[in-house]
Amino acid sequence: MPTLQAMLDKRPWLLADGATGINLFHMGLMSGDSPEIWNEEHPERIQKLYQRFVDAGADIILTNTFGGNRRRLALHQADGRCHDINKKAAALAREVADACGRPVVVAGSVGPTGELFAPLGPLTDEEAIEVFVEQIEGLKAGGADVIWIETMSAIEEMRAAGLAAAKLGMPYTVTASFDTAARTMMGITPQAFADAMAELDPKPVAIGANCGAGASDTLGSILAMTGARSDMVVISKANAGIPKYVDGHIHYSGTPELMAAYAALAIDAGARIIGGCCGTSPEHLAGMRRALDAHVAGPRPDHAAIVARTGPFLHRPAPTGGGAMEGRKRRG
Amino acid sequence: MADDDIILANLDDAALVEQMHQDLYDGLKDEVVEGVNILLARGWTPYKTLTESLVEGMRIVGIDFRDGILFVPEVLLAANAMKAGMAVLRPLLIASGAPRQGRIVIGTVKGDIHDIGKNLVGMMMEGAGFEVIDLGINNGVEKYLAAIEEHKPDIIGMSALLTTTMPYMKVVIDTLKEKGMRDDFIVMVGGAPLNEDFAKAVGADAYGRDAAVTVELAKDLLMRKHNQRMGT
Repeated sequence: MPTLQAMLDKRPWLLADGATGINLFHMGLMSGDSPEIWNEEHPERIQKLYQRFVDAGADIILTNTFGGNRRRLALHQADGRCHDINKKAAALAREVADACGRPVVVAGSVGPTGELFAPLGPLTDEEAIEVFVEQIEGLKAGGADVIWIETMSAIEEMRAAGLAAAKLGMPYTVTASFDTAARTMMGITPQAFADAMAELDPKPVAIGANCGAGASDTLGSILAMTGARSDMVVISKANAGIPKYVDGHIHYSGTPELMAAYAALAIDAGARIIGGCCGTSPEHLAGMRRALDAHVAGPRPDHAAIVARTGPFLHRPAPTGGGAMEGRKRRG
Repeated sequence: MADDDIILANLDDAALVEQMHQDLYDGLKDEVVEGVNILLARGWTPYKTLTESLVEGMRIVGIDFRDGILFVPEVLLAANAMKAGMAVLRPLLIASGAPRQGRIVIGTVKGDIHDIGKNLVGMMMEGAGFEVIDLGINNGVEKYLAAIEEHKPDIIGMSALLTTTMPYMKVVIDTLKEKGMRDDFIVMVGGAPLNEDFAKAVGADAYGRDAAVTVELAKDLLMRKHNQRMGT
């Protein structure tokens, strides 16, 4: 079984996978339904999606468990099946990875609980760790190689999920969503995020940005992170453009060419694990793989180079070389 | 804290209101409640107290939220302080028959648990003088219909954070159309993955980029709708 760290030691970059939810839509998932329950109801479709990503060249596939914690499964009256659903999802991915004839890492996706931490909200650190431990136990039992904590916005929640993984002896990665004025919803800059993650013990195998607001904005976050710290492996997993509603379906605006340009820029910006988030189809991913295979190292891009190749920023990007953005001074 | 030596009761009205804006900005709940009580004791009407201290204070918070100066934690603290002040004012406003901006039914759509942004919108709307009926999370179309029947809102607000739940907004809007009710309401949508074009494509009247923008849009749309009605 390959570990993520072993793969990173051997290769200059790794390709992660694309979107889960949007691709399952195209396979018949209805809006409002739980993608996670499909691990049990339609295992063949889940494996087909994993397989398509592997065929497109993915070195890392994420399990279909983004909303697989007890708090979110409760919405679908499936909170009692948290362990089984996560175990099943990981086992489905494990089979695909083991059968493909080259090393592919199974990353157990762990998304946020959707709740605020005390004192802003009801969730305590202890409760959060318990919720994540339950999910990660399932992922581990199903054969996940690494725990992939993603789309996070609050440091407390990232820390709780990381601690839960560590408790179970699992290596982990953490990516945050910088979708609000180049920070996370909770106001965390890419640099502050990277600094906080570097302090965790044990440290995450890699950190980075996922989802958020389109390829250019994600690249801006990556630049800020790699500019601030050279001691962390960085993950870039951008959305394939922005969502559009066309003929009863959601489509993302980014083309495979755009995602290929994005992948090349992400490497030059210092990311070592590159993939796509919402809207990234296996076709997009194949384009990214070709771009990475053919890539000749270029200069570290600046904001102008990003805009020229992947379009305008939706939010003013964070500074690239450290130095937090100054806000209005708060009193009290 | 440097502000500890400020005695609110010693400030004149203008300075007190300004200090209340600052205290709202800083999320100081007890100070905001104290300020509300002082203004009421000085003979301010509940409505004047609401609009000049709380609504105006939250408007300033909203601007800095929109501009990426404040983020969710600070705005939640400010909104909680506002709510504490509102709790004092609400019964008095009802008793005095003070004017309202309008009524909004708001909820996160089916399959989606995310309500942080939705809650912020609800609180900011309340802070702007709207009556807010919050349906919580995971709302199927039948829940929206029941709330419409019961509360007769001016505005329906829907929120979604996931790519797998945002299309559900169209299910709700299409149902309103089938029932011939769509034009009776202003429909507003919001959530991190959404955008203006998406809102139009699913048939909503407006996309609220954040809580502050949503409040301004809601006021604007309501006024336009009101003017249209007056014109016919």
